[in-house]
Amino acid sequence: MSSSKQSIRTPLARVRGLGSARAGTGDFWQQRLTAIAMVLLIVPAIVIVMMIGRNHAGAQQTLGSTPVAIVLILFTLTSVWHMKIGMQVVIEDYVHDERLKLILIIGNNFFCAAVALAAIYALLKLSFGV
Amino acid sequence: MAPKIERPLSPFMTYRWTLTMAMSIVHRITGVALYFGTLLLVWWLLATASGPQAYATFQGFIGSWFGRLVLFGYTFALLHHLTGGLRHLVWDLGYGFDPNEREWLTRAALVASVSLTIVVWIIAAAGVLR
Repeated sequence: MSSSKQSIRTPLARVRGLGSARAGTGDFWQQRLTAIAMVLLIVPAIVIVMMIGRNHAGAQQTLGSTPVAIVLILFTLTSVWHMKIGMQVVIEDYVHDERLKLILIIGNNFFCAAVALAAIYALLKLSFGV
Repeated sequence: MAPKIERPLSPFMTYRWTLTMAMSIVHRITGVALYFGTLLLVWWLLATASGPQAYATFQGFIGSWFGRLVLFGYTFALLHHLTGGLRHLVWDLGYGFDPNEREWLTRAALVASVSLTIVVWIIAAAGVLR
């Protein structure tokens, strides 16, 4: 922003013709796409959670069945992608220190990747029974 | 002293807290809560995949009054974010912007989220799906 003090060109003139700043509407579209996917997945996901009892063997068997595992893996993928975009928006809205913002956005990506990987690993382990 | 003249007020002078604004920030808060709530989901899946002992530890937490409270809050956050999200999808399609429609949609989303939370907990407590 320091260059704006030395230039008589307007901010609009400087950005015109450069295209979008980053990925355009990609995040906006993906946030809606994952939202619609979760509207479809939420009822089966809640039903699955309510099917699980206190018994470990029963839980193991239910979570390891093919339709249940597929629904939960789909739900994991869509929800983690949705929350990754959502948290980035929250960070960008409230954190104005560039360095801290970058650290938090990197941390957000790592957290979401770890959550997705752990959930999918557990579900596949239960499905394959190893 | 000059007579008082009726002038238009600056927006900040007429600022008042509305239901749509409250729902907007609650949508963001529930989103952030669900973000960290995924840790509970991952714990549940990993515990089931790990074995009876890890599952019993998880059950011990989720069965306690504090665990139940967290789970109840998680259910409400999820369903509030869902109904609030559906409202946003309606707006994304370009409908529901009239003052009456806007208020109606917001109230409907709020009532639906509370009702659905109660319905889910009644079904879970009755144990019909288990």
